Amino acid sequence: MPQKLNEVDVVVIGVGFAGSILAKELAASGLKVVGIERGSDRHTVPNFQAPAIHDELKYSVRKGMMQDVTREAMTFRNHSREVALPIRQWEAFLPGTGLGGCGVHWNGQTWRYQIADFIYKTHIEQRYGKKILDPDLRIQDWGVTYQELEPYYDRFEYLLGACGKAGNLNGKIEPGGNPLEAPRAREYPNPPAKEQYAGALFRKAALEMGYHPFLQPSANMTRPYTNPEGLTLNPCVYCGFCERYGCEHYAKASPQTVILPVLMKNPNFELRMESQVLRINLDSTGKKATGVNYMDAQGREFEQPASLVLLTAFGLNDVRMLLLSGIGKPYDPVTEQGVVGRNYAYQTQSYVPTFLSEDIHLNSYMAAGASGTVIDDFSVDNFDHSSLGFVGGCYILCGSTNARPIEFHPTPPGTPRWGSKWKEAVRRHYNHTAVFNLSGTSTATRWNYLDLDPTYRDAWGLPLLRITFDFPDNDLRMSRYVTHKASEIAQRMGAKIIVDQPRTGPFTTTTYQSTHNTGGALMGSDPATSAVNRYCQSWDVPNVFVVGACNYPQNSSYNPTGTLGALIYWTADALKTRYLKRPGPLA
Amino acid sequence: MGQNSNSRRSFLKSTLIAISTATLSSEVPTTLANSAAGRASRFLTDPETAFLQAAVERLIPADEHWAGAAEAGVVNYIDLQMAGAWGHGEMMYRHGPFRKGTPSQGYQLEYTPAELFRRSISAINEHFSAQGKSFELLPAEEEDAYLTSLEKGGIDLAGVPSNVFFDFLLKHTVEGFFSDPLYGGNKNKVGWRMVGFPGAYADYYDLIDKHGVEFHREPIGIGDDAIPHSMSSMRRGE
Repeated sequence: MPQKLNEVDVVVIGVGFAGSILAKELAASGLKVVGIERGSDRHTVPNFQAPAIHDELKYSVRKGMMQDVTREAMTFRNHSREVALPIRQWEAFLPGTGLGGCGVHWNGQTWRYQIADFIYKTHIEQRYGKKILDPDLRIQDWGVTYQELEPYYDRFEYLLGACGKAGNLNGKIEPGGNPLEAPRAREYPNPPAKEQYAGALFRKAALEMGYHPFLQPSANMTRPYTNPEGLTLNPCVYCGFCERYGCEHYAKASPQTVILPVLMKNPNFELRMESQVLRINLDSTGKKATGVNYMDAQGREFEQPASLVLLTAFGLNDVRMLLLSGIGKPYDPVTEQGVVGRNYAYQTQSYVPTFLSEDIHLNSYMAAGASGTVIDDFSVDNFDHSSLGFVGGCYILCGSTNARPIEFHPTPPGTPRWGSKWKEAVRRHYNHTAVFNLSGTSTATRWNYLDLDPTYRDAWGLPLLRITFDFPDNDLRMSRYVTHKASEIAQRMGAKIIVDQPRTGPFTTTTYQSTHNTGGALMGSDPATSAVNRYCQSWDVPNVFVVGACNYPQNSSYNPTGTLGALIYWTADALKTRYLKRPGPLA
Repeated sequence: MGQNSNSRRSFLKSTLIAISTATLSSEVPTTLANSAAGRASRFLTDPETAFLQAAVERLIPADEHWAGAAEAGVVNYIDLQMAGAWGHGEMMYRHGPFRKGTPSQGYQLEYTPAELFRRSISAINEHFSAQGKSFELLPAEEEDAYLTSLEKGGIDLAGVPSNVFFDFLLKHTVEGFFSDPLYGGNKNKVGWRMVGFPGAYADYYDLIDKHGVEFHREPIGIGDDAIPHSMSSMRRGE
């Protein structure tokens, strides 16, 4: 029998960026908040300290900071006609675990989405007509607009200390920034990163070709910064150990550096670590959550009653928890009925390795997680698709996040995979190869979705999440087009050898691409096609809020964390100013 | 680092012959067999060590400037990895049912990395001993040809498809050549020196925007513990 604990106001499932910010806001409003985190406690000191943290094998190759796959894996198949099998080692994407969640091991690439992203269906159909969309594509509007979210983007960027240069201040184009960004109300809190050599070469070539290069927005500090919570971060030293690592310098914005110290001081908040939430409990009507059941590390099961449940456990885990708890109707791709699991999407990544002459010393190991130079000319719908036959696009970035040699040792096409010629090619090209990274839209389809696996279970006996996904042909056509544009810039940079490497199908779990897993618990204005309303509130169980990239109806070109931050504060505001005054459906 | 490639290769060959003889006569103490790895084995048997010493050296051969995988301690690295949590499958989801998947679904065999190495190498050594040969005594070209046949796939190594084994071997060889020397490979930081990676101590605040600068710093590993955390003194001394 689970031990029943005293009721609290709020239970937060998962203490990453979303969980810690929402908990902080609600605890500060006087509510009793319990945060339940399955992973371990960890902090800049002592857990992220150099030199031990600079261990490529442990953190990059063996995935030292990621969800414990021995206990909780996911299953995968490309098509629903296949049998899904477990992802036995994380490779393609890397769900985090532990205090701070993915906010510890991210790179800090802090983007906003475009105005068109939030009204994607309306925008695309108005500009091009419905015919541009392949029949299986399923794009939707978000139910919230960029203009509504702008103040919340701003708040998140000031929390992080985002570093960049505004390109569009209230509609006025600013020199030095991204002229194609959606308008922002004020300048970034900190200036952009120092530019890498590869980025500078790219900038010159891109400018000559009439594009609009700028330094990518970053959450790796460029100067000492004290955020509105009173927490101070230090400048990044460009160590080249950012993504997949914790930051030893308090230089990367993470829950640990920007919010947790404030939250932990609030006596209204209690953190329970190494505790696995098993389900959200519903009352007999099925329309009200009564709290959660969880198991601690000693195997003791507890029932934690609460009047409000916030599900903030990373998008994929959020969707699984909804399915395990029976909240919302599971999506069925055959009938297209149901909402939970719908429109799972990803990020369509491609690369252009650009092999330069041996006298160009790039020193790519000198890098922040977000110190690249970018053009936004081919992102989302920033270019005319009328005659192209696809929707979507990519930003094109040149620069490096690292040059850690187990995983980074590029060789030109035609090089053998091993032997003397391979070794010589690795030596020759290591410090002289710039890699363009293209981050592209992922268009939702009818057939890409999430549900519970019928066979494989986790360490607590519960079904694993099953992912059914392949790249839609639209996105492969998009990738070919934009990757070719990137190759033209590489040409202009004077590259000796260029590899035009668009994304090709099928999606594979075996090579890292991106941890930008989106969809499955969409926000929207129609309960028939979304799991949560425009305030990230469950349509079916209004005292459950779900905040994660699972809310995105399809994915944009950009890294999702900035937009997630905006949704976190947008939801916090709706909770504080409306829901707490009058609990019930907000839309 | 400028050792002659022929002498390096003949040194390795003679070491390997010593190992093979020792293994065949089964009277020589195991410490001799392990001398190529430089320390007592935690997981690998003598025949496994002998095969791996030869095989990894073909994957990353010595050249006139840089040691190959054998001298870099890659076999020692593999030994330690196979003896530990990774080798024992304690970093993988290992619940059945196990079934053959599509390439997109990744590794689906029921073997731990250590079991996979052991089964595969036993099958390879049996294959050669049935012909009165051993892999590590073949001429380099024949070793390459055999490794290529493994890489292509289609050979069953006691339940392990040969291409799966080959990819595992190559992955661990590259890891052992480039990972921090703390893990027992990358001896003398040869992998890092070869490409110019400065290692674990990393602070480039005042260098990142000095575009094109040639930066040659003695690489520093996690275990070196040579320098206080602040990098400024080191940069001044550069």
